[in-house]
Amino acid sequence: MMELLSLLIWLPILGGVLVILIGNDRSDTARWVSVAISVLIFVMSLSLYTGFDSTTHLMQFVEKTSWISQFDINYHIGVDGISMPLIILTTFSTVLVLIAGWEVIQKRTAHYMAAFLMMEGLIIGVFSSLDAILFYAFWEASLIPMLLIIGIWGGDNRVYAAIKFFLYTFLGSVMLLVSLIYMYTKGGSFSILDMHNLSLTAAEQAWIFWAFFVAFAVKVPMFPVHTWLPDAHVQAPTGGSVILAAIMLKMGGYGFFRFSLPITPDASLQFADVVIALSLIAIVYIGFVALVQRDMKKLIAYSSISHMGFVTLGVFALFFILKMGADGNIVSINSGSVEGALLGLEGAMVQMISHGFISAAMFLVVGVLYDRLHSREISTYGGVINSMPKFTGFAVLFAMANAGLPGTSGFVGEFMVILAALQANIWYAVLAATTLIVGAAYTLWMVKRVFWGPITNPAVENLNDINGREFFVLAILALAVLIMGLYPQPVIEAMHSSIEHLLNQALTSKL
Amino acid sequence: MNTFQFDTASLLVALPEIFLLSSIVVILLLDIFLTKGFKQVTYYLTQASLLMTGILSYSLIGQPETLIFKNSFVLDDMASVFKVFMMGAAMVAMVYSRHYLTQHSLFRGEYFILVLLSILGMMVMVSGYSLLTLYLGLEILSLSLYTLIAIARKRSGAIEAALKYFVLGAIASGLLLYGMSMIYGISGSLNIIDIAAFASDANLGSRETLIINFGLVFLVIGIAFKLGAVPFHMWVPDVYQGSPTSVTMFISTVPKIAAVAMLVRLLVDGLGSMHAYWADLFMILALLSIALGSVVALMQTNIKRMFAYSTISHVGFVMLGFVTGVVTGYGAATFYILVYVLMSLAAFGVIILLNKKGFEADQISDYKGLSKHSPWFALMMLMVMLSMAGVPPFIGFYSKFFILQQVISAGFVTVAIIAVVFAVISAYYYLQIIKSMYFNEPEGEISIVAPMDMKLILSINAILILVVGIFPDFWMKLALSLF
Repeated sequence: MMELLSLLIWLPILGGVLVILIGNDRSDTARWVSVAISVLIFVMSLSLYTGFDSTTHLMQFVEKTSWISQFDINYHIGVDGISMPLIILTTFSTVLVLIAGWEVIQKRTAHYMAAFLMMEGLIIGVFSSLDAILFYAFWEASLIPMLLIIGIWGGDNRVYAAIKFFLYTFLGSVMLLVSLIYMYTKGGSFSILDMHNLSLTAAEQAWIFWAFFVAFAVKVPMFPVHTWLPDAHVQAPTGGSVILAAIMLKMGGYGFFRFSLPITPDASLQFADVVIALSLIAIVYIGFVALVQRDMKKLIAYSSISHMGFVTLGVFALFFILKMGADGNIVSINSGSVEGALLGLEGAMVQMISHGFISAAMFLVVGVLYDRLHSREISTYGGVINSMPKFTGFAVLFAMANAGLPGTSGFVGEFMVILAALQANIWYAVLAATTLIVGAAYTLWMVKRVFWGPITNPAVENLNDINGREFFVLAILALAVLIMGLYPQPVIEAMHSSIEHLLNQALTSKL
Repeated sequence: MNTFQFDTASLLVALPEIFLLSSIVVILLLDIFLTKGFKQVTYYLTQASLLMTGILSYSLIGQPETLIFKNSFVLDDMASVFKVFMMGAAMVAMVYSRHYLTQHSLFRGEYFILVLLSILGMMVMVSGYSLLTLYLGLEILSLSLYTLIAIARKRSGAIEAALKYFVLGAIASGLLLYGMSMIYGISGSLNIIDIAAFASDANLGSRETLIINFGLVFLVIGIAFKLGAVPFHMWVPDVYQGSPTSVTMFISTVPKIAAVAMLVRLLVDGLGSMHAYWADLFMILALLSIALGSVVALMQTNIKRMFAYSTISHVGFVMLGFVTGVVTGYGAATFYILVYVLMSLAAFGVIILLNKKGFEADQISDYKGLSKHSPWFALMMLMVMLSMAGVPPFIGFYSKFFILQQVISAGFVTVAIIAVVFAVISAYYYLQIIKSMYFNEPEGEISIVAPMDMKLILSINAILILVVGIFPDFWMKLALSLF
């Protein structure tokens, strides 16, 4: 019998096949079946959390069978505190996306639902793979459903956006493949855990670090390889944007945790300043770019890039807080502490999860408006609160969370990362903290122009407030945002051992 | 050893070839007497003889390596496995061809006879173990193909394609023959086994080495021409475009296996000790092919022409496998070519599937909105295109992976990076087909008139691309076991 993790990967994929077989003609059956499958997967994935042992950094729920014995490639999967929350985030978001697409998607409904289910399975595969080639196969395969989702159900310029999305990420990941194969020829194993212990020279690490960086930075996306994201987001259907922002971007962040830090610690140290500089540019500059957007989706897309800058900042700040002393003990630089470095890493993780909720919610909010008036332009709207009071309540909450209001999840991650940055270098913290101003500016300004003020467009007057389905989806996300904001402790505790282990790996030189 | 043995035991080794030749003679004679209503008999007899030849070849797998006819004909696992694959591919190609020929009123007995003859030539190439046998096989193949291309003589471009292929092919054959004469002249033997012994002699003088290398260059040119590697690729796009699609499909699949076999016989078995010399040539040819094939295909609007350039780039990857100079590298190249044949069959299968009277489906724009009219076959084409682009979990990824792994472990990391960058560029034009099928609205009705057997075989063919992709271990091991 298959074990839990395998079921989580293959059940959605097989479910997707089933939904395709149900066909577009019986779209209601397809909707119910796919939502039922996704809820089942979500419930099953919760037992990853309940059965999780947070006292160890070792992999859990491990399965291993030989796959391609010629190269000793195994079907080797397992989770630790870093991947477990991301898997649950994936199953959670998929449920919401499928419900959110309920009556919105009338064109080829079954295929739409099936694409999301298959993508769910593939992304869970990415987060749980412990074999590099298995990881790569899932990583690449997850592009296919997203390509089709953007290309088939997207907006007017969808073809350009879909192909740009695919080629950008494809180019990034082939470099990853070359470096994985290189490490195999060096160490004779494709197991990611073996690669963690593979000794590499400084030059090799530098090359591999940049190959990883290209692959993951495109995915995150970091400045200056972020340009595919606004196009993809604007053209993608609401559900596609949600999954893209909530989960696919996290694959890049996850890559830094799983590959870059443990495999190339010395190169990470060497190039940490470059990464931090790019992160700060993303946070500040892209924040200003968001300020001038007229298209709501574009604004949120740029805000995503800016917020994801915190993830990379939190990860690489540790190299300015701690270093490994000559005697093998961790020593601090400029009065930094181990807690500070942990805050950075855990803050990055919390930021990823929180951004998964908030960006999903923001894109759904835009989706609700778009479904009604078929416009994403801010100028189309104004005074929406008059006709949609309930909806405005949610929208303002999510906007506040996006701006990092204390009490929402948006605050926790950013605050943790800023605290860590403070220990690294006060200027990092100062620059990162400007996002609290810029972020508030672009989000609240958008809220003001869309929801408040007088009604300028007569169509806005006749808008119907959200229905039960939309209310349900937004309410669940609102709950998630508030819970993560008020009590993030369980999530942080679950990942603590793994993060501590990662910190050790990142500080242990391979030279 | 040099006495001519003519006993039945030694004939058994060549049984598949002997059987096929006899079938050709029988079918040829029979076809003359078949009246118009019974022409299908030729088709079924062709399929039956291909199947039987395949079974005979299969039964010879596992036999110890045997040389017969004065060491000019070899039976080893590589020969048998290649023959089995060639028969399988040819049978599938014939299923697809029948639909095409019927739709375009080209259904004639000669077509099948010529195909069978070319296959006989390929089998001789696969098993040839002397320069003469190899050349003989190559000429049987080439002459049949020239005629096959011209079979649609009223079709614009077909004669041009045939003539172009004939003239350039004759030059390439001449060059190959010239190289062979050099090798023969210095080594004093036509047999691969003697040439190998001569070339690997440690006391080889510089004069001998020079002459062997001189001949080697011409051998490489001849092989590169047959494979369609840059800069000897000029014939490929025109022949692909000008030929009837069923012939294009045939040219792009089965003969590629034979060409790789000839490459192995001449360069690996015969001049393996000269690897350092020909590997450099191959490296240049391979990188040029990958680069040009990927870039020029971007500008094509004709799908057959696009696949021609795509073939060139795939051939580049195959040649990279031979650059490595280790048996696992040769295994990777073999795996790649077999996978390529599987994918190419499916791709041309979908093109032919859409063919009907007066409609060639050879423009990329002909595929607009296919996913609306025929979601199933659009999905099949999607899988083939992604597989060709090298996206997992499809089989095309593993063949590229295998080559890259070998190239990197041979120390050519830069080459691997160049290759993957061009692979990404080539992904763009495969995406163009996906774009047409899925993202564009249909322009007019697309109806599929193909018979059931073709639909079934095509579906199996495409699904294999996924299934073998998920479980590639057996096939990789098989390809490696041949060396």
